[in-house]
Amino acid sequence: MIKPGKMLREVLTSFFQKPATVLYPYVKVLMPDRFRGKIRFLATLCIGCKLCMRDCPTNCITITKVGDKRFQAEFDLDQCIYCAQCVDSCPKKALESTADYELAQLQRNKLKMIYHAEPPPPQAAAPIE
Amino acid sequence: MAWSLFNLLIFPGFLFLFVFGLAMEFVDRKLYARLQNRIGPPWFQPFADFVKLAAKEDIIPEEADSVMFRLMPAFALASVVTAFFYIPLWSTQSLFSFNGDLIVVIYLLTIPTLTFFLAGWHSTSLFSMIGATRTLTQLFAYEVPLFMAILAPALLAGTWSLSEMTVFYDQHPAYAAFNIIGLIVSLIALQGKLERVPFDIPEAETEIVGGTFTEYSGRFLAMFRIAIDIEAVVGASLIAAVFLPFGLGLGAAWGFVFYLVKVLAVIALLALLRTVLARLRIEQMVIFCWRIVAPAALFQLLINLILSGVLRP
Amino acid sequence: MANFKIPIGPQHPALKEPESFTITLNGETIIEMDMRLGYNHRGIEKACEERSYIQAMYLVERVCGICSHSHSTCFIQAVEEIAGLAIPARAQYIRTIIAELERIHSHLLWLGVAGHEIGFDTLLMYSWRDREVVMDTLAALTGNRVNYGINTIGGVRRDISKEHLAGLLKTMDILEERTKYYIEVASEEITLIQRLSGVGFISHEDTVMLGAVGPTARASGVDRDIRRDDPYLAYKDIEFQVITDTHNDVYGRTLVRVGELMQCYSMIRQLVAKIPEGPVTVKAPRKIPAGEAFSRYEAPRGEDVHYVKANGTDKAERVKIRAPTLANLQSVARMMENNRLADVPIIIAAIDPCFSCTDRMIRINDTAGRRKETISWQALRTHSLEWYRKQGVDFKDLNAKMRQRMKA
Repeated sequence: MIKPGKMLREVLTSFFQKPATVLYPYVKVLMPDRFRGKIRFLATLCIGCKLCMRDCPTNCITITKVGDKRFQAEFDLDQCIYCAQCVDSCPKKALESTADYELAQLQRNKLKMIYHAEPPPPQAAAPIE
Repeated sequence: MAWSLFNLLIFPGFLFLFVFGLAMEFVDRKLYARLQNRIGPPWFQPFADFVKLAAKEDIIPEEADSVMFRLMPAFALASVVTAFFYIPLWSTQSLFSFNGDLIVVIYLLTIPTLTFFLAGWHSTSLFSMIGATRTLTQLFAYEVPLFMAILAPALLAGTWSLSEMTVFYDQHPAYAAFNIIGLIVSLIALQGKLERVPFDIPEAETEIVGGTFTEYSGRFLAMFRIAIDIEAVVGASLIAAVFLPFGLGLGAAWGFVFYLVKVLAVIALLALLRTVLARLRIEQMVIFCWRIVAPAALFQLLINLILSGVLRP
Repeated sequence: MANFKIPIGPQHPALKEPESFTITLNGETIIEMDMRLGYNHRGIEKACEERSYIQAMYLVERVCGICSHSHSTCFIQAVEEIAGLAIPARAQYIRTIIAELERIHSHLLWLGVAGHEIGFDTLLMYSWRDREVVMDTLAALTGNRVNYGINTIGGVRRDISKEHLAGLLKTMDILEERTKYYIEVASEEITLIQRLSGVGFISHEDTVMLGAVGPTARASGVDRDIRRDDPYLAYKDIEFQVITDTHNDVYGRTLVRVGELMQCYSMIRQLVAKIPEGPVTVKAPRKIPAGEAFSRYEAPRGEDVHYVKANGTDKAERVKIRAPTLANLQSVARMMENNRLADVPIIIAAIDPCFSCTDRMIRINDTAGRRKETISWQALRTHSLEWYRKQGVDFKDLNAKMRQRMKA
């Protein structure tokens, strides 16, 4: 039947329902485990193949060699589109997605994430002695 | 003199209306949000909006008529505040009263709409001019039914004074039931007067940006906003006084509680109305008002005419 | 009242993206409409030529914010056709499931926008609340709410687990119930019907002539759907109806979209039931052999077309994208005629426009052969810097200032 106020019952019931609004900054929204958030770099696993640099659509990854088998990664988070292609490209699983999505910064330089390489292990220094 | 000034500026004058108007805007917005399954604004939001607007820069377009542009918000505010003094609120006596104040109140409530039109017209922007013409077109559609709906109870009471009308209905509370059609008609008309969905045609944001108020900013817009808030309260009070004359003889305290409940009920009904309906087109609105609302009001007038002959020989 | 012109756009509350419509009015009646495109040209096609296929895929995914999967799948299909890759059946099914979820998400979004354009904000709030369910499902399946990034050359990047499939069925039940309610509202609420029926009328003949696609065309009785007419992905394995309507107006377009929503639910149920086991990806070469391919895809807004030309390297030589809105925009001018100003927002919204997807550059060759020069990137850049310098804006200076501020 065509009539005005078809949604009347629905709106009246939703008055007594809990609001659908999420009080976001106060109540944290959890992302599913597959979420592609900020990328984490595991320096110990990196072999410096730079496949991630080659496949990154926005060229936001820079891997630099800082010593023998030690690599440092630099991410420009303001350029990253969080596609996680680097995670797929990495043959050694040295990169992984996290569920961290709160990435806004007031200062631009804070958007540059630098993962320093691990300090050289002590046994590597041993043969020189 | 001091008492009059107190009445005029503080209670039940400007300050009371200001706070009450903002409170009712909050109730309206909160209710609207909760009906839509949202949380809605915090209680101070309308006040915060007002302060923010008032603190902003006023921009007057070069093309606009500067005098009219500045005057209109003040006119709108003044007329709605004045109208409030003639409406009996929590007793059968209004602050000021004379025979014929009913007509004055209705006309005072028309002035804001006219100022919207003039403000829009003198802004000389395309969108505000379209909004202005729509305001006026809409005015002609809802004003006549509103007049008839409000005059019908007066006809039954046999007086043109709001205070005497409430005295009459206070003595014969059952007679208020005869005016139920008039109540519905005036609720619809009030929704049109306040320019809210489904009758928010003059300021339909997706069509003509801000309508009449497109060019307004800062203090002037704040003044218009507060005038509309107060208009809602005054309109609701008028409907409460004319159609819901209950609990007036119970003393000031109880009377005030009853008054609040009545105004809240009217505001809630208006909020519900704008939740469940879509905006009409201007020609649909006019057709609806003239084909359905106006005959209904006329019917009410006819009923009361016959009743007054039967009941008040 | 004399005719006067009113600008809707490039910046206007009714438009979610910049596009300019100039409407000639007589009172409240529309006499004619003129539109200008191109406020959102982003140079995506050209940028694709400078990226490897993997990189270009993520770029193409960002052509549209709503139908991101449509564009990326359409592009990938073309690339896979050139490379001669046969992707595993399970990957086909996963792509189809995501495609249909995307359609649900897009149509629910549209329903809300349509409600807002006619001042029915309650409908907007409800349908967008329900859309959250689909968005969350998509986030759980793919890892993101909008740019799903599920495709990769040779398959999909992520498998869908059994639990996810079970959850998907539950989601469909919730959404189906909600959609049934919206169908009820659309067929019973008088103010909604009053605002939608008879508005934006376009005849069947005009629709065909102006080449409208998708729900816009189907609402004018054009029985055309790429999913059925030229099956891709897993559409040949499942049964569905192509919803058409003969209202020819905005109301018809609404009915087609809510009807399609109901089809989506049944399609996803079939897909979940039939999904085969197996791998989700095959090894894809980085260098795609020379060749060209043309790929069609039924996006939520209509037929999406991608053309890819490969030259044997790891970068495409040419990518051409035709988003469905471009095909539909032609018909808007016809729909506008003899309607009211109040109907402009809903008529524009009824084709579910996506203006930034549409904006492409076309170079017209002067057949008389007077002007035939090709301007290089560098020359164009120099030219534009020079042009702005003449206007009083010095970008070289601006860059230096920006750097200075960033250091500070």
